[in-house]
Amino acid sequence: MHNLSTNQSQRTTSTSKTSHLHLNVTGIVQGVGFRPFVYKLAKKLDLTGSVANTGHGVTIHISGSTADIDSFVDKLKTDPPPLARISEIQFTAEQETEFADDFTIAISNDSEIKTTLISPDIATCKECINDISSPENHRFHYPFTNCTNCGPRVTIIRGVPYDRPKTSMAVFPMCASCMKEYHDPSDRRFHAQPNACPMCGPALSWHDNQGAVISDINEDCLKGCARALQKGSIVAIKGLGGFHLAVDACSNNAVQRLRENKHRYSKPLAVMVADLTTAERICLLNGKERELLLSRERPIVLVLKKQSCLSDKLSPRIREIGIMLAYTPLHHLLFDMEECPEILVMTSGNLSGEPICTDNSEALQKLANIADYFLLHNRDIVTRVDDSVVRVVRGRLQMIRRSRGYAPIPFSIPGIKKTVLACGAEQKNTFCLSRNGLLFLSQHIGDLKGPANIDFFEESLDYMKSILDVSPELIACDLHPDYLSSRHAAASSLPGLNVQHHHAHAAAIMAEHNLSEGLAVIFDGAGLGDDGTVWGGEILHVEGTSYERVGHLAPLMLPGGDRATHEIWRMGLAYLSAGGFDISKLTALPSTLQDIPADSLPGIAMIMEKKINTPLTSSVGRLFDAVSSLLGIRQEVDFEGQAAMELETLAWTAYESKDSMPDGDRYTGTIVWKNGQWQLDLRPLLPWLLADLKKGTPVAAIALFFHLWLVRSTHKALLQLFAKRYPTQTIMLGGGCFQNRMLLEFLAERLEENGYSVYTGEQVPVNDGGVSLGQACIALRQTEHPAQRPNQTNF
Amino acid sequence: MEKYIILDHGSGGLASQNLIGSLFLKYLKNSVLNQLEDAAVLPPEHGQIAFSTDSYVVDPVFFPGGNIGELAVNGTINDLAMRGARPICLSLGLILEEGFAVDELEKIIKSIANACDYAGVPVVTGDTKVVPRGKADKIFINTSGIGIVEENININASQAQPGDIILLSGTLADHGITILTSREGLQVDANLLSDTRPLHFLAQAIVKDFPGAIHTMRDPTRGGLGTTLSEIAKTTKLCMEIEENSIPMHAEVRAACELMGLDPLYLANEGKCMVLAAPEYAEEILHRMRSVPEGRDTAIIGRVSEKHAGRVVLTTVAGGRRLVEPLSGEPLPRIC
Ligand SMILES: [Fe+3]
Ligand SMILES: [Mg+2]
Ligand SMILES: [Zn+2]
Ligand SMILES: [Zn+2]
Repeated sequence: MHNLSTNQSQRTTSTSKTSHLHLNVTGIVQGVGFRPFVYKLAKKLDLTGSVANTGHGVTIHISGSTADIDSFVDKLKTDPPPLARISEIQFTAEQETEFADDFTIAISNDSEIKTTLISPDIATCKECINDISSPENHRFHYPFTNCTNCGPRVTIIRGVPYDRPKTSMAVFPMCASCMKEYHDPSDRRFHAQPNACPMCGPALSWHDNQGAVISDINEDCLKGCARALQKGSIVAIKGLGGFHLAVDACSNNAVQRLRENKHRYSKPLAVMVADLTTAERICLLNGKERELLLSRERPIVLVLKKQSCLSDKLSPRIREIGIMLAYTPLHHLLFDMEECPEILVMTSGNLSGEPICTDNSEALQKLANIADYFLLHNRDIVTRVDDSVVRVVRGRLQMIRRSRGYAPIPFSIPGIKKTVLACGAEQKNTFCLSRNGLLFLSQHIGDLKGPANIDFFEESLDYMKSILDVSPELIACDLHPDYLSSRHAAASSLPGLNVQHHHAHAAAIMAEHNLSEGLAVIFDGAGLGDDGTVWGGEILHVEGTSYERVGHLAPLMLPGGDRATHEIWRMGLAYLSAGGFDISKLTALPSTLQDIPADSLPGIAMIMEKKINTPLTSSVGRLFDAVSSLLGIRQEVDFEGQAAMELETLAWTAYESKDSMPDGDRYTGTIVWKNGQWQLDLRPLLPWLLADLKKGTPVAAIALFFHLWLVRSTHKALLQLFAKRYPTQTIMLGGGCFQNRMLLEFLAERLEENGYSVYTGEQVPVNDGGVSLGQACIALRQTEHPAQRPNQTNF
Repeated sequence: MEKYIILDHGSGGLASQNLIGSLFLKYLKNSVLNQLEDAAVLPPEHGQIAFSTDSYVVDPVFFPGGNIGELAVNGTINDLAMRGARPICLSLGLILEEGFAVDELEKIIKSIANACDYAGVPVVTGDTKVVPRGKADKIFINTSGIGIVEENININASQAQPGDIILLSGTLADHGITILTSREGLQVDANLLSDTRPLHFLAQAIVKDFPGAIHTMRDPTRGGLGTTLSEIAKTTKLCMEIEENSIPMHAEVRAACELMGLDPLYLANEGKCMVLAAPEYAEEILHRMRSVPEGRDTAIIGRVSEKHAGRVVLTTVAGGRRLVEPLSGEPLPRIC
């Protein structure tokens, strides 16, 4: 599969000696300065003809000398405008028609099929930053400055072809000066659909939290906002794809108040700074991280914190912090204000469990109890897009949340024509729609159990279907019948396919790296297995569209079902009970468990004995929880992965201090064969953990030993599998647990030392955000080449 | 008389007659049943006829707060009551497992008689079959019932209107959690009791006193309140918005649910009704329901809206909002 981030083009018909050529260019070629680029190039080469946007992309007619036409085509392929992503150029030699005597840009024709691609939003370019910071420029301090190379795209587009009347800029008629730029092919703003200036474009307004206008003069709004932030107030700021909630990131009080108002007590908060220099003051950056921070996608990058003025309430007990650079003119201008704090928390402006607010009145209503002030503007957000979250692992990108700047750029699996809708998982939901071999992974939707999120899912799906002009022929979803995404699929009359959760995780990696076979280690939270039990620590042998479960973690009980994922002490007890402990009495338990509710012990012991709502799970995520509980790291979690992140942070501390390694050598897993499957026996680990605890070994060291145990055991199991049955060179590492950097780095390193090729999700999230892509690939490939041994059931 | 049920008790012969005489007629006697004819013939009534049937296979047969017998009586009465019907009679069909203790059967018949007396609804026709050991589990009961609905009354899911209030006549999940814990022999809390009781007095009181204002009534039995509300939401394409905070629950039921990780919204109730009614009479209806013993703990738990069509939205104690959807079976862990 290709990610269209690299320009590729194919010449399907070669140019003959003719001096007339018709080109159809498809990909992201609208709203990215493509036509002016073509115009300028044609002019320079003295070619005549025309260029136009169509529903398919861009169509070009040129006449001139064969040599000039050849260099035109070369330039088009090798050096297109920076934001363009060409997927294909089709050539047709033309008979001599009426000879045009100039090169023109024709008006758009929207009657044709809409198959063009839409660009994501792009961070403000250097030239535009210059414009807004030069007092002599008429866009000086204008927060909605943009040009063909930057600015809003998918967030303002209502329909295709991409033209101003089909955007939320339609209500701002351009002034004469903007109009002149817009029509001047030599101008940077030629056909920049969101083009605007202080005379004619959108404007800011500054409100109190009752909605009353304090100011509607741009300059005063910015000043008011900067001052409020300086004083520690919480400000809701309307951004590109939704609202942010901002506070001074160095003020403990302000951060604490934001947490309380938002009921977000411990989940990490991301920060924004104006530039790389400020970023370097608060975090440790490597080259790739700097590159990502400065990239035009401007994602939140998770990096190592430094000792700094940053409030320690931003990502308590976790060593990383999410940081991004300013990406709109508004952000730049705000940071330019003298009063503005240098580092701002910029967290999504939403109620817990809901998508981010996009609409002014909605935000004023929903965020009134959180924010003190509102910095609004009057350009509508058509499509909601969260900030993307990425990090760098092993020198490569690891996508955590794929939204702004990335979605809806498609992935491609050439040659597959069918149109599928894959509904994704239930949490961190994304869906995936295919069209003509292109897979469009939606922006991050969120947890579908939130009623507003399921609306977001449905709205985004309708939007994507209409923008791409597709109606799916088949529908894929998870095997879990109660996921709301599966319910969406079940309500459809289309032919459907249920895809096992971890198989979909593996398929996403296979799609991204163009693999057709290999062993997939999927370490995850929970997913329904094809045997009706709960999986999550799996080794699958995947070939084509089928899989075989060849190994897994020995299962633990999940006492109380999903409740055990929040009250992780239940997992601690389940682990002790698996190790033969009498957990009905607190005095029988390790001292690290003294915090857990003593009156629950007999009850938990009883439900485990009677097996009431205590399904078995092979989940690695739950094992991390169990170990975190036993080590006394915490007994309840506020957000998914919290305990595991803290455990990992501790493990790194021990690793970096280097003095606790030798003892850890005795931590090695026991692999047992059971019913033709490899099982990693968890029982031997328990006495080691408890003995170390008793001995007073630092918890950080034990946390490290545990990580090493899991890495070594998995490695050992894989070597046995290779030797015995699956002589493959390809290992895939996927599932949410591989967001654990130590697990991924250490395991991959060992496998690579043995000469294996290791793949993991890079552009496609290893977490549930990538599941829909995997589902789509399996569904598409299976309909094109039905599997020999089907492992999915039709509804 | 034998101590245990034998196959002959269902043969229609002397043993059967013996059982009918010494047990059924003894406790359930009334002028219609006493005739022992092939069918009960009832005097004419004015109004629409409501007719309902249900079978009861609960395990255990005896549970804290009741047994299968009264459950079978109340269950069918409640199904009639939820359509605004005044129940007038019941049928009683028994399937007995060979070897079932006769004194246990007697206890069950006695409690059926008591439930009928309390409700004022007689058993007018019946049948008994005995199946060999292992072909049934102790005792299965089927009851059918007839009720009369006044001409102008039309209570069903499609009457629900946006703006309607949602009332629940008492505490949630008592029956479900009691059955689960007693079946599994869990000693969770001695205070867990089934809520089995008839609801027709309560239903009739509000149907009569608030003509036209009572739009929908349901007793959330199997599948619980969550499933029942989902059904109504799907039928009406309206949104049922409920508040976790205002749902009455016994502390011991809540604790047991938390311990086992069970969602009380999906647990069965056998003596609670959910009422969708016009908001203008909210306070009066609430007051009237609370004045009937079976509705003493009634609470307004939510509202019907048009926000999320066809969905049930729960506002949690923590203030979050989540969708409540019917489960496809047993709850499966879903958190990834
Ligand atoms: Fe997953
Ligand atoms: Mg029924
Ligand atoms: Zn620009
Ligand atoms: Zn202008």
